[in-house]
Amino acid sequence: MADAALIWSYLTREPLLWLTATLIAYWVGDAAFRASGRKPYVNPVLIAVAALALVLKGTGTPYATYFEGAQFVHFMLGPATVALALPLYTNLAQVRRAAFPMLAALLAGSLTAILSALAIARALGVDASVLSALAPKSATAPVAIGIAERMGGSPTLAAVLVLTTGIIGAVVATPLLNLLRITDWRARGFATGVAAHGIGTARAFQVNETAGSFAGIGMGLNAVLTALIAPPLLALFL
Amino acid sequence: MIPALVTLLVFQLFGEVVTRGLGLPLPGPVLGMVALVLTMLAFPKLAAAVRPTAQGLLAHLSLLFVPAGVGVVAHLGVLRQEGAALMLALIVSTVAAIAVGALTFTAVARLAEGRKNG
Repeated sequence: MADAALIWSYLTREPLLWLTATLIAYWVGDAAFRASGRKPYVNPVLIAVAALALVLKGTGTPYATYFEGAQFVHFMLGPATVALALPLYTNLAQVRRAAFPMLAALLAGSLTAILSALAIARALGVDASVLSALAPKSATAPVAIGIAERMGGSPTLAAVLVLTTGIIGAVVATPLLNLLRITDWRARGFATGVAAHGIGTARAFQVNETAGSFAGIGMGLNAVLTALIAPPLLALFL
Repeated sequence: MIPALVTLLVFQLFGEVVTRGLGLPLPGPVLGMVALVLTMLAFPKLAAAVRPTAQGLLAHLSLLFVPAGVGVVAHLGVLRQEGAALMLALIVSTVAAIAVGALTFTAVARLAEGRKNG
Protein backbone atom coordinates (compact mmCIF):
# COMPACT_ATOMS: atom_id res chain seq x y z
CA MET A 1 0.00 0.00 0.00
CA ALA A 2 1.57 3.25 -1.15
CA ASP A 3 1.68 6.30 1.06
CA ALA A 4 -1.43 8.50 0.65
CA ALA A 5 0.79 11.58 0.64
CA LEU A 6 2.68 10.18 -2.36
CA ILE A 7 -0.54 9.59 -4.27
CA TRP A 8 -1.70 13.13 -3.43
CA SER A 9 1.60 14.59 -4.57
CA TYR A 10 1.23 12.72 -7.88
CA LEU A 11 -2.30 14.06 -8.31
CA THR A 12 -1.30 17.65 -7.62
CA ARG A 13 1.38 17.45 -10.31
CA GLU A 14 -0.86 16.10 -13.06
CA PRO A 15 -3.78 17.82 -14.83
CA LEU A 16 -5.99 14.71 -14.51
CA LEU A 17 -7.43 15.45 -11.06
CA TRP A 18 -8.70 18.99 -11.71
CA LEU A 19 -9.93 18.20 -15.20
CA THR A 20 -12.03 15.38 -13.72
CA ALA A 21 -13.16 17.56 -10.82
CA THR A 22 -14.33 20.29 -13.25
CA LEU A 23 -16.44 17.84 -15.23
CA ILE A 24 -17.92 16.25 -12.08
CA ALA A 25 -18.77 19.65 -10.58
CA TYR A 26 -20.54 20.71 -13.77
CA TRP A 27 -22.36 17.36 -13.93
CA VAL A 28 -23.64 17.86 -10.38
CA GLY A 29 -24.65 21.47 -11.15
CA ASP A 30 -26.49 20.40 -14.29
CA ALA A 31 -28.31 17.62 -12.40
CA ALA A 32 -29.44 20.15 -9.77
CA PHE A 33 -30.60 22.51 -12.54
CA ARG A 34 -32.70 19.74 -14.16
CA ALA A 35 -34.08 18.60 -10.79
CA SER A 36 -35.26 22.16 -10.05
CA GLY A 37 -37.28 22.21 -13.28
CA ARG A 38 -34.65 24.44 -14.95
CA LYS A 39 -35.15 27.43 -12.66
CA PRO A 40 -32.90 30.30 -13.88
CA TYR A 41 -31.49 30.96 -10.39
CA VAL A 42 -30.34 27.33 -10.02
CA ASN A 43 -27.53 27.94 -12.48
CA PRO A 44 -25.32 24.90 -13.17
CA VAL A 45 -22.20 26.99 -13.75
CA LEU A 46 -22.69 28.92 -10.51
CA ILE A 47 -23.07 25.65 -8.59
CA ALA A 48 -19.99 24.13 -10.24
CA VAL A 49 -17.93 27.26 -9.58
CA ALA A 50 -19.00 27.46 -5.93
CA ALA A 51 -18.28 23.75 -5.35
CA LEU A 52 -14.84 23.91 -6.97
CA ALA A 53 -13.95 27.13 -5.15
CA LEU A 54 -14.79 25.44 -1.83
CA VAL A 55 -12.72 22.36 -2.73
CA LEU A 56 -9.74 24.52 -3.72
CA LYS A 57 -9.98 26.47 -0.48
CA GLY A 58 -10.45 23.30 1.58
CA THR A 59 -7.43 21.55 0.06
CA GLY A 60 -5.29 24.70 -0.05
CA THR A 61 -4.85 24.30 -3.81
CA PRO A 62 -3.74 27.45 -5.66
CA TYR A 63 -5.83 28.53 -8.67
CA ALA A 64 -2.77 28.11 -10.94
CA THR A 65 -2.56 24.40 -10.02
CA TYR A 66 -6.27 23.96 -10.65
CA PHE A 67 -5.97 25.72 -14.01
CA GLU A 68 -3.24 23.28 -15.16
CA GLY A 69 -6.00 20.70 -15.39
CA ALA A 70 -8.93 22.96 -16.26
CA GLN A 71 -7.10 24.65 -19.14
CA PHE A 72 -8.24 21.88 -21.52
CA VAL A 73 -11.85 22.84 -20.91
CA HIS A 74 -11.02 26.57 -21.00
CA PHE A 75 -9.24 26.15 -24.33
CA MET A 76 -12.47 25.03 -26.01
CA LEU A 77 -13.99 28.52 -25.48
CA GLY A 78 -12.22 29.75 -28.64
CA PRO A 79 -13.53 27.07 -31.02
CA ALA A 80 -16.97 27.34 -29.33
CA THR A 81 -17.06 31.07 -30.07
CA VAL A 82 -16.30 30.33 -33.72
CA ALA A 83 -19.05 27.69 -33.64
CA LEU A 84 -21.59 30.42 -32.72
CA ALA A 85 -21.38 31.23 -36.45
CA LEU A 86 -23.71 28.30 -37.10
CA PRO A 87 -26.87 29.49 -35.24
CA LEU A 88 -26.25 32.99 -36.59
CA TYR A 89 -26.03 31.63 -40.16
CA THR A 90 -29.14 29.46 -39.64
CA ASN A 91 -31.22 32.44 -38.45
CA LEU A 92 -29.99 34.89 -41.06
CA ALA A 93 -33.30 34.84 -42.98
CA GLN A 94 -35.11 36.02 -39.83
CA VAL A 95 -32.46 38.68 -39.31
CA ARG A 96 -33.08 40.04 -42.82
CA ARG A 97 -36.87 40.11 -42.31
CA ALA A 98 -36.70 42.20 -39.13
CA ALA A 99 -33.44 43.98 -39.88
CA PHE A 100 -34.42 47.51 -38.83
CA PRO A 101 -36.07 46.75 -35.47
CA MET A 102 -33.19 44.40 -34.68
CA LEU A 103 -30.39 46.80 -35.50
CA ALA A 104 -32.09 49.59 -33.53
CA ALA A 105 -32.76 47.33 -30.53
CA LEU A 106 -29.23 45.89 -30.71
CA LEU A 107 -27.62 49.33 -30.61
CA ALA A 108 -29.96 50.68 -27.93
CA GLY A 109 -29.76 47.59 -25.71
CA SER A 110 -26.02 47.10 -26.01
CA LEU A 111 -25.20 50.79 -25.37
CA THR A 112 -27.59 50.88 -22.39
CA ALA A 113 -26.05 47.75 -20.88
CA ILE A 114 -22.44 48.95 -21.15
CA LEU A 115 -22.91 52.65 -20.36
CA SER A 116 -25.28 52.26 -17.40
CA ALA A 117 -23.15 49.53 -15.79
CA LEU A 118 -19.97 51.59 -16.14
CA ALA A 119 -21.66 54.81 -14.97
CA ILE A 120 -23.15 53.22 -11.83
CA ALA A 121 -19.99 51.33 -10.92
CA ARG A 122 -17.84 54.40 -11.39
CA ALA A 123 -20.21 56.63 -9.42
CA LEU A 124 -20.00 54.11 -6.56
CA GLY A 125 -16.22 54.26 -6.63
CA VAL A 126 -15.43 50.88 -8.21
CA ASP A 127 -11.76 50.60 -9.14
CA ALA A 128 -10.78 51.36 -12.76
CA SER A 129 -9.17 47.91 -13.17
CA VAL A 130 -12.53 46.29 -12.37
CA LEU A 131 -14.39 48.45 -14.93
CA SER A 132 -12.60 46.73 -17.84
CA ALA A 133 -13.95 43.37 -16.64
CA LEU A 134 -17.43 44.90 -16.18
CA ALA A 135 -17.80 46.57 -19.60
CA PRO A 136 -18.35 43.40 -21.69
CA LYS A 137 -20.65 41.69 -19.13
CA SER A 138 -23.68 41.47 -21.44
CA ALA A 139 -21.75 39.60 -24.15
CA THR A 140 -21.65 35.80 -24.14
CA ALA A 141 -18.97 34.49 -21.75
CA PRO A 142 -16.32 33.27 -24.23
CA VAL A 143 -16.45 36.61 -26.04
CA ALA A 144 -16.61 38.72 -22.87
CA ILE A 145 -13.59 36.89 -21.46
CA GLY A 146 -11.69 37.61 -24.68
CA ILE A 147 -12.74 41.28 -24.69
CA ALA A 148 -11.79 41.78 -21.02
CA GLU A 149 -8.40 40.20 -21.68
CA ARG A 150 -7.77 42.50 -24.65
CA MET A 151 -8.70 45.57 -22.55
CA GLY A 152 -6.37 44.58 -19.73
CA GLY A 153 -9.17 43.41 -17.43
CA SER A 154 -9.25 40.18 -15.48
CA PRO A 155 -10.78 37.35 -17.54
CA THR A 156 -11.84 35.44 -14.43
CA LEU A 157 -13.61 38.45 -12.90
CA ALA A 158 -15.28 39.04 -16.28
CA ALA A 159 -16.54 35.43 -16.24
CA VAL A 160 -18.16 35.92 -12.82
CA LEU A 161 -19.77 39.24 -13.83
CA VAL A 162 -21.08 37.72 -17.08
CA LEU A 163 -22.64 34.79 -15.23
CA THR A 164 -24.30 37.06 -12.69
CA THR A 165 -25.67 39.27 -15.49
CA GLY A 166 -27.13 36.24 -17.25
CA ILE A 167 -28.84 35.00 -14.13
CA ILE A 168 -30.29 38.46 -13.33
CA GLY A 169 -31.56 38.76 -16.91
CA ALA A 170 -33.14 35.30 -16.89
CA VAL A 171 -34.89 35.98 -13.58
CA VAL A 172 -36.22 39.49 -14.36
CA ALA A 173 -37.02 39.24 -18.10
CA THR A 174 -40.52 37.74 -17.95
CA PRO A 175 -41.98 39.90 -15.13
CA LEU A 176 -40.28 43.03 -16.50
CA LEU A 177 -41.55 42.56 -20.06
CA ASN A 178 -45.05 41.75 -18.79
CA LEU A 179 -44.97 44.94 -16.75
CA LEU A 180 -44.01 46.90 -19.88
CA ARG A 181 -46.90 45.16 -21.74
CA ILE A 182 -44.63 44.02 -24.58
CA THR A 183 -46.38 41.15 -26.37
CA ASP A 184 -44.16 40.81 -29.47
CA TRP A 185 -42.19 37.57 -28.85
CA ARG A 186 -39.47 38.75 -31.23
CA ALA A 187 -38.89 41.92 -29.20
CA ARG A 188 -39.01 40.09 -25.87
CA GLY A 189 -36.54 37.42 -26.96
CA PHE A 190 -34.18 39.70 -28.83
CA ALA A 191 -33.82 42.20 -25.95
CA THR A 192 -33.21 39.36 -23.48
CA GLY A 193 -30.51 37.82 -25.69
CA VAL A 194 -28.74 41.17 -26.13
CA ALA A 195 -28.76 41.96 -22.40
CA ALA A 196 -28.34 38.50 -20.88
CA HIS A 197 -26.56 36.33 -23.53
CA GLY A 198 -26.81 32.50 -23.32
CA ILE A 199 -28.48 32.24 -19.92
CA GLY A 200 -31.15 34.73 -21.03
CA THR A 201 -31.50 32.85 -24.32
CA ALA A 202 -32.01 29.53 -22.55
CA ARG A 203 -34.73 31.19 -20.44
CA ALA A 204 -36.37 32.69 -23.55
CA PHE A 205 -36.53 29.24 -25.18
CA GLN A 206 -38.40 27.93 -22.12
CA VAL A 207 -41.04 30.64 -22.53
CA ASN A 208 -41.52 30.68 -26.30
CA GLU A 209 -39.79 29.18 -29.37
CA THR A 210 -39.78 32.44 -31.36
CA ALA A 211 -38.50 34.39 -28.35
CA GLY A 212 -35.72 31.81 -27.99
CA SER A 213 -34.47 31.99 -31.55
CA PHE A 214 -34.56 35.80 -31.52
CA ALA A 215 -32.68 35.75 -28.22
CA GLY A 216 -30.02 33.58 -29.86
CA ILE A 217 -29.66 36.10 -32.70
CA GLY A 218 -29.46 38.97 -30.20
CA MET A 219 -26.74 37.17 -28.28
CA GLY A 220 -24.71 36.51 -31.46
CA LEU A 221 -25.01 40.07 -32.78
CA ASN A 222 -24.21 41.62 -29.40
CA ALA A 223 -21.07 39.47 -29.10
CA VAL A 224 -19.74 41.17 -32.22
CA LEU A 225 -21.02 44.66 -31.32
CA THR A 226 -19.66 44.54 -27.74
CA ALA A 227 -16.25 43.51 -29.05
CA LEU A 228 -16.28 46.61 -31.27
CA ILE A 229 -17.73 49.25 -28.91
CA ALA A 230 -16.64 48.17 -25.41
CA PRO A 231 -13.02 49.42 -25.75
CA PRO A 232 -13.92 52.98 -26.91
CA LEU A 233 -16.80 53.23 -24.38
CA LEU A 234 -14.56 52.05 -21.55
CA ALA A 235 -12.03 54.73 -22.49
CA LEU A 236 -14.67 57.37 -21.65
CA PHE A 237 -14.72 56.17 -18.03
CA LEU A 238 -10.99 55.80 -17.35
CA MET B 1 -15.87 15.44 -36.86
CA ILE B 2 -12.18 15.99 -37.69
CA PRO B 3 -12.88 18.21 -40.75
CA ALA B 4 -15.39 20.21 -38.66
CA LEU B 5 -12.90 20.67 -35.82
CA VAL B 6 -10.22 21.66 -38.31
CA THR B 7 -12.62 24.23 -39.81
CA LEU B 8 -13.35 25.79 -36.39
CA LEU B 9 -9.67 25.86 -35.44
CA VAL B 10 -8.56 27.27 -38.81
CA PHE B 11 -11.09 30.11 -38.53
CA GLN B 12 -10.02 30.79 -34.95
CA LEU B 13 -6.38 30.78 -36.05
CA PHE B 14 -7.24 33.18 -38.89
CA GLY B 15 -9.02 35.47 -36.41
CA GLU B 16 -6.14 35.42 -33.92
CA VAL B 17 -3.48 36.09 -36.59
CA VAL B 18 -5.44 38.94 -38.24
CA THR B 19 -6.51 40.69 -35.00
CA ARG B 20 -3.02 40.47 -33.52
CA GLY B 21 -1.34 41.34 -36.82
CA LEU B 22 -3.47 44.45 -37.32
CA GLY B 23 -3.64 45.27 -33.60
CA LEU B 24 -7.46 45.14 -33.55
CA PRO B 25 -9.16 45.26 -30.11
CA LEU B 26 -11.49 42.42 -31.24
CA PRO B 27 -10.99 38.91 -29.76
CA GLY B 28 -9.64 36.58 -32.46
CA PRO B 29 -12.45 34.01 -32.19
CA VAL B 30 -15.09 36.74 -32.78
CA LEU B 31 -13.46 37.68 -36.09
CA GLY B 32 -13.21 33.94 -36.83
CA MET B 33 -16.96 33.62 -36.18
CA VAL B 34 -17.81 36.51 -38.53
CA ALA B 35 -15.49 35.10 -41.21
CA LEU B 36 -17.12 31.67 -40.85
CA VAL B 37 -20.65 33.12 -41.28
CA LEU B 38 -19.53 34.91 -44.47
CA THR B 39 -17.80 31.77 -45.77
CA MET B 40 -20.90 29.66 -45.08
CA LEU B 41 -23.02 32.17 -47.05
CA ALA B 42 -20.70 31.62 -50.02
CA PHE B 43 -20.44 27.82 -49.52
CA PRO B 44 -23.64 26.51 -47.86
CA LYS B 45 -22.19 22.96 -47.91
CA LEU B 46 -19.73 24.04 -45.23
CA ALA B 47 -22.60 24.72 -42.79
CA ALA B 48 -23.90 21.15 -43.16
CA ALA B 49 -20.41 19.75 -42.59
CA VAL B 50 -19.76 21.81 -39.45
CA ARG B 51 -23.26 21.55 -37.94
CA PRO B 52 -23.05 18.31 -35.85
CA THR B 53 -19.74 19.22 -34.21
CA ALA B 54 -20.74 22.85 -33.67
CA GLN B 55 -24.03 21.82 -32.07
CA GLY B 56 -22.27 19.32 -29.82
CA LEU B 57 -19.85 22.01 -28.68
CA LEU B 58 -22.59 24.63 -28.15
CA ALA B 59 -24.77 22.21 -26.20
CA HIS B 60 -22.10 22.23 -23.47
CA LEU B 61 -21.13 25.86 -23.84
CA SER B 62 -21.73 26.67 -20.18
CA LEU B 63 -19.30 23.95 -19.02
CA LEU B 64 -16.56 25.82 -20.85
CA PHE B 65 -16.64 28.86 -18.60
CA VAL B 66 -16.38 26.96 -15.33
CA PRO B 67 -12.55 27.17 -15.24
CA ALA B 68 -12.61 30.97 -15.69
CA GLY B 69 -15.45 31.23 -13.16
CA VAL B 70 -13.48 29.34 -10.52
CA GLY B 71 -10.99 32.21 -10.82
CA VAL B 72 -13.38 34.04 -8.51
CA VAL B 73 -11.28 32.61 -5.65
CA ALA B 74 -8.57 35.04 -6.72
CA HIS B 75 -10.99 37.98 -6.53
CA LEU B 76 -12.71 37.45 -3.21
CA GLY B 77 -11.05 40.61 -1.90
CA VAL B 78 -12.42 42.73 -4.76
CA LEU B 79 -15.87 41.21 -4.35
CA ARG B 80 -15.94 41.75 -0.61
CA GLN B 81 -15.02 45.41 -1.14
CA GLU B 82 -16.96 46.25 -4.29
CA GLY B 83 -19.48 43.43 -4.48
CA ALA B 84 -22.49 45.54 -3.50
CA ALA B 85 -21.64 48.29 -6.01
CA LEU B 86 -21.04 45.74 -8.77
CA MET B 87 -24.29 43.92 -7.97
CA LEU B 88 -26.25 47.19 -8.16
CA ALA B 89 -24.56 48.06 -11.48
CA LEU B 90 -25.39 44.61 -12.89
CA ILE B 91 -29.04 44.64 -11.78
CA VAL B 92 -29.85 48.17 -12.95
CA SER B 93 -27.98 47.87 -16.25
CA THR B 94 -29.54 44.50 -17.10
CA VAL B 95 -33.09 45.67 -16.32
CA ALA B 96 -32.50 48.91 -18.27
CA ALA B 97 -30.95 47.09 -21.26
CA ILE B 98 -33.84 44.60 -21.56
CA ALA B 99 -36.46 47.36 -21.25
CA VAL B 100 -34.75 49.75 -23.69
CA GLY B 101 -34.01 46.94 -26.18
CA ALA B 102 -37.57 45.57 -26.20
CA LEU B 103 -39.23 49.04 -26.36
CA THR B 104 -36.91 50.08 -29.22
CA PHE B 105 -37.66 46.87 -31.11
CA THR B 106 -41.47 47.30 -30.87
CA ALA B 107 -41.32 51.03 -31.70
CA VAL B 108 -39.19 50.51 -34.82
CA ALA B 109 -41.18 47.42 -35.86
CA ARG B 110 -44.40 49.46 -35.64
CA LEU B 111 -42.85 52.21 -37.78
CA ALA B 112 -41.45 49.79 -40.38
CA GLU B 113 -44.57 47.60 -40.57
CA GLY B 114 -46.93 50.58 -40.50
CA ARG B 115 -45.16 51.98 -43.53
CA LYS B 116 -45.48 48.68 -45.36
CA ASN B 117 -49.22 48.41 -44.66
CA GLY B 118 -50.05 52.10 -45.17
